[in-house]
Amino acid sequence: MRGSIVADFLKRHFTLIVLLGGALLVCLAVQAIGDKPLIRTVTEILIRIVIVVALYIFIGNSGVVSFGSIAFVMIGAYASAWQTCCKAMKPMSMTGLPDFLRYNTYPVFAAALTSSLLAAMVALIVGLPILRLSGIPASIATLAFLSIVYVVYSNWTTVTLGLLSVVGLPLYVTIWVAFGWAAATILAAYLFQNSRFGLSLRASREDEVAARAGGVNVAFQRLLAWVLSAFFLGAAGVLYGHFVGVISVNMFYFDMTFISIAMLVVGGMRSLSGAVVGTVVLSAVTDILRRVEAGIDIGGLSISIPPGSQEVALGLIMLVLLLMRANGLMGAREFSWPRRRIEAAPASRVGSD
Amino acid sequence: MTTFLQICVDAASLGSLYALAALGVGLLWGVMKLVNFAHGEFITIGAYALIVPSGAVIPQLFIGALPIWLMVPTMCLIVAVVALITERIIFRPLRHADPSTLLVASFSLSFFLQYLILLIYGGRPKSIQIGASLNGEFAFGPLRTSWIDIVTISTTIVLLIAVALFMTRTRMGVQMRAATQDFRMARMLGVRGNTVIATAFAVSGVLAAVVSFFLMVRTGALAPRMAAPLVTIGFIATVIGGMGSMVGAILGGFLVGVVSAFMQFILPEAMRPNRDAFVFAIVILMLLVRPNGLISLRSQKERV
Repeated sequence: MRGSIVADFLKRHFTLIVLLGGALLVCLAVQAIGDKPLIRTVTEILIRIVIVVALYIFIGNSGVVSFGSIAFVMIGAYASAWQTCCKAMKPMSMTGLPDFLRYNTYPVFAAALTSSLLAAMVALIVGLPILRLSGIPASIATLAFLSIVYVVYSNWTTVTLGLLSVVGLPLYVTIWVAFGWAAATILAAYLFQNSRFGLSLRASREDEVAARAGGVNVAFQRLLAWVLSAFFLGAAGVLYGHFVGVISVNMFYFDMTFISIAMLVVGGMRSLSGAVVGTVVLSAVTDILRRVEAGIDIGGLSISIPPGSQEVALGLIMLVLLLMRANGLMGAREFSWPRRRIEAAPASRVGSD
Repeated sequence: MTTFLQICVDAASLGSLYALAALGVGLLWGVMKLVNFAHGEFITIGAYALIVPSGAVIPQLFIGALPIWLMVPTMCLIVAVVALITERIIFRPLRHADPSTLLVASFSLSFFLQYLILLIYGGRPKSIQIGASLNGEFAFGPLRTSWIDIVTISTTIVLLIAVALFMTRTRMGVQMRAATQDFRMARMLGVRGNTVIATAFAVSGVLAAVVSFFLMVRTGALAPRMAAPLVTIGFIATVIGGMGSMVGAILGGFLVGVVSAFMQFILPEAMRPNRDAFVFAIVILMLLVRPNGLISLRSQKERV
């Protein structure tokens, strides 16, 4: 009997087990190989997984494409920098900070939590007006939100140093810290999408009017997902800052927005497994392109492509993919126990010609 | 009083640019539910067409060396052709995709074109000077204004009247408005969908080229990302105007221009760099009051 309960549990949560187990195995393997650049690459992919899965929590479940979510990454990164960075420089250069931040330094893990909470709180405040909109107007309002945060942070010189970089964030993000956050994000996304909140939100994604008629408070469900998503995006910002050691406002703008949304769309916007798969696939592609851009030797022949071609290629890949397979690699499917595979309902509309 | 009039001139001139950008965006939303992020790159391409393609720091004028009466039509032609190519290759196959797929596609196209420009012309900002005679200032009573303000405002008015006449008096315009109302129904009644959408793209391209001309005369600053703020404002203008309504897009554009010009005046010196943040915040608050925009069309609401 006991065996069947365990088997049942495994089957039911197969998606989660595959994703977390896979990530764990990769981390262990990389750790065992011990190649420094490889460890860094994998750590960066894990941080990206935090971003993309966090985006998925809102975009995937609600169907509203948010172009503004990277603002939360920026908010988280800067909040953590204020708390942990530059003990000597802060009192002189960041004169606009309140005293408790200006003259004190806090432990990094506590700072990570408070920074993520700050992002979540900002999300709650801006989400209240923005999420009353639907569809495309909502997407454009989130874009306006990103512009607001970008403009404010790039001009608030006494607090953010404006367009200058903040240098010297403590580098504590190892592969295991990144893995911990990635696992937490995946777990949260998984629990959320199978909770009654996630299910109502998904119902509203498929048919907003019907969901409303069925008693779903769409604005509230969206707000919940938006705040949860912002929390993890804030955490991703913290991780990025403490992984690279340098942050600047231009890191968290259109390019990061594009790459993160691209990863989500490549994998399949409506599937958690898709979010992870898309991140891994596009990270691998950009990593290869980045290496070629830096110049690579093939049989004594040095080949390099001009700067910018990495992004051109990435844009091209996205366009081709959208033309060939608009639902992404995974469609709406998850990794699931073979026998219980449920065919994804295609997203196309009926008879549109 | 003079200050007020001065602000009004600024507002009208800025609003004209925004209205042209918003109309270019709103037109394509109207006919095919496309939020065209690449509209910004259309503007950028119009501007870069003025110089010889190379990574050189000091740009050589190319089309920009032509006399204005030849330069502006050439810019329009180039951008319209680029717009038509993107329509044929990307947006036509995706015509029946849902709006969010279209959104991501145009976002990808914008990213692609932006870096293509960077690849060809280099990432460094460049500066050129065209139409120097238009930048001269002159006093109109107590008002100080420059020719380019007058030209911008009057050209915009002429263009808006031309677009309005095109939409109401020509066969193609009427078909386009029919397609905006209900694309499927219009096709069933014999409207050629491909022609209508291609025409909308061409018109949108021409509007983008005009915007880039004004921008170049004003600032002369070239950068691969120069048009991003403008196109964001164009989107916002279409949203507050009421999506799908072209009059709404124009009104929205002028409204954003007016709010920006007054903000520039009201805000204290230290807060001025944050002007756009205030403008966007006001827009979001405005959407709370009128979620469907100023002019809300019945045809844009989902029927159940």
